[in-house]
Amino acid sequence: MMNQRRAHFPEGTDFFASLQTRYRVAAIWQSLFLSALLIAIISLTALLYNVVDGAFGYVAYDYKKDPATFTSIPVNELTKDDLLIILKENLSSGAYNKLDDEKKMETRSHADLYVLFLERLVQIDTKATWSMTDSLLRGAEIRTEAAEKYPDAQLEFRSWLTPQFLATPMSSKAEFAGVRTAILGSLWLVGIAILFALPIGVGAAVYLQEYAPKNWLTSIIQTNINNLAGVPSIVYGMLGLAVFVRTLEALTSGSAFGITDSNGRTVLSAGLTMGILVLPLIIINAQEAIKAVPDSLRQAAFGVGATRWQTVWHHVLPNALPGILTGSILAVSRALGETAPLIVVGASTFISIDPNNPFSKFTALPIQIYNWTTRPQSEFHAIAASAIIVLLVMLLTLNATAILLRNRFQRRY
Amino acid sequence: MKEEALKIKTVDVKSFRQVDLKKKTRVGESLIQILLFMAGVLSIFTTIAIVYELGKEAMLFFGDPDVTLVKFFTMTRWQPGIGQYGIAALVSATLTTSFIAILIALPLGLASAVYLSEYASPKARGVLKPVLEILAGIPTVVYGYFALLFVTPILKTIFEDRIQVYNMLSAGLVMGIMILPLIASMSEDALSAVPRALREGAYAMGATRLETSLQIVVPAALSGIGAAVIVGVSRAVGETMIVAVAAGAGPNFSFNPLDAAETMTGHIARISGGDLSYNTIDYTSLFAIALMLFLVTLVLNLISQWIVNRFREKYE
Repeated sequence: MMNQRRAHFPEGTDFFASLQTRYRVAAIWQSLFLSALLIAIISLTALLYNVVDGAFGYVAYDYKKDPATFTSIPVNELTKDDLLIILKENLSSGAYNKLDDEKKMETRSHADLYVLFLERLVQIDTKATWSMTDSLLRGAEIRTEAAEKYPDAQLEFRSWLTPQFLATPMSSKAEFAGVRTAILGSLWLVGIAILFALPIGVGAAVYLQEYAPKNWLTSIIQTNINNLAGVPSIVYGMLGLAVFVRTLEALTSGSAFGITDSNGRTVLSAGLTMGILVLPLIIINAQEAIKAVPDSLRQAAFGVGATRWQTVWHHVLPNALPGILTGSILAVSRALGETAPLIVVGASTFISIDPNNPFSKFTALPIQIYNWTTRPQSEFHAIAASAIIVLLVMLLTLNATAILLRNRFQRRY
Repeated sequence: MKEEALKIKTVDVKSFRQVDLKKKTRVGESLIQILLFMAGVLSIFTTIAIVYELGKEAMLFFGDPDVTLVKFFTMTRWQPGIGQYGIAALVSATLTTSFIAILIALPLGLASAVYLSEYASPKARGVLKPVLEILAGIPTVVYGYFALLFVTPILKTIFEDRIQVYNMLSAGLVMGIMILPLIASMSEDALSAVPRALREGAYAMGATRLETSLQIVVPAALSGIGAAVIVGVSRAVGETMIVAVAAGAGPNFSFNPLDAAETMTGHIARISGGDLSYNTIDYTSLFAIALMLFLVTLVLNLISQWIVNRFREKYE
């Protein structure tokens, strides 16, 4: 490196010698810079690999009761009618009626009944799980190990991520748990958040870009929005807990509208909290989009006598729309992955009823991931990995849409 | 004047609508402007609501005879069971994890930014930049899973019995990876804002690319990089899910990264996740912690914005 304090710049052969050193140092540093990015790439790869690795692999499982005690027919040849009879005979009448109340037994699908048969009667019991890499590379070892440790257990290569996983609600047994309730909860949550935040956010952005005079109030609003974007999400959770869950309980629990069986910990409270959280994000993105609309458009509109609002509504907003939408999609993906405020606002970790109105109790995908990750049993880690894949695929789809939208409608003036 | 002008063209002016060119008061327009103004001001109310609600509950907390401000800031144990509320027990973990995170994220983020802004060809940028964007878009709870089920087992093989299952090192390292893209992209913005003329001046003097980058471009962008680091610290302090999953579930006054300890955010998440009844000291204590958290991140963010505005080098 150049030594600034050196009185004389090297000359002649000294110069070339020092040049060699300088080039060598430059090459070393360049590879150091690049290796920082390589570390980022390796981390990302490790993270994705770790998730996929957890979602597939061998499982050793055992039946608490032998299926043969219920029927003489081999398990995989049972018809729907057989299953109905077996369930009716072996379940206690209370349990059977409860299931029947949830959904008529006769109308349930074969797969559904089969799961009930496994879950309630033979009671599958996972003894151990292995990761995908282990299962693929050390298949033989695992087979001998499983045979030694769990002589009664069956070994099976299992994908924890199945269509069944997407379609079934939560269960206390990892083998039968699914993310249906969580996905629906997340959709409700994001829907409420965006319905709340998009109009207000775009309105605020329009005000700041098109109407606001340059004065102290405007600069306070602007600084404030930038600061809100940096407030930790868990603080928004505390705000939601104090305001939406507690103070406005009559509204958010629905008791003001005649719904009685609920407290303030509803999907509405959580959605509004999430809306407040993504609001600064939407405002900042919308401001950028509006800023990018050239002034000549506004001047032309004013020139033919349009009022300020007509100019905004007919010219500025349509031109800024792709940018605003891209920003909103990014806000949606932020809301989809945000966990901490939901924990504080009071998401239920165990809930098997689909949310069907704003006053429902709810759970969400990241909440399930958190809950399953923190359990000690490895089969819960496997379904946490599957849920992460579901979440990442949803986020990827959203972001791909945002990029397509940006490329498709991006205008250059 | 206007009527005369029209008469020349021999058009019957009576058939035109008379237009009054004076500025009219338009009720609709004003109404819309008021609505938009309210949307803009709502953000201020959000801040006021945060301060008011957190402050109100925190006041209740500090009003409790067991708690005094002095004890709150000086005691090193947080054990609500025996009436000990020393926030240092939580702050120590927040500091430790954030410090590890910045130790990882600052050099890596800055190096990435220099490479992307000064070295990378457009093609290489097209590949490398999305990697950082994907890293930035991954939900923090997924990082938590990664920390607990990937990084911790690796650390376990290195440190063996000296490391606990839940530990601050693993949480801090993964938090560093999470903050890396933030610092990289903010620093890169700062670096690319340095005008080409400065670089070309350096090249003309015979400087190598490295000398230009480190002695000309980076110093010129230093304020932006400083702002990026401060925002990074503020993100690390406020990060919840990674520490809630991987750092431990119990306040512990320790700065040893191999220990399990609970950060301020992790404590709020764990306690509020359980059944919490209003008007208990457990409930109000969370608001006191959240208020601290809010104030710390607010100050950090304000400093960062001030640096950007104050030291922004104006070229041309």
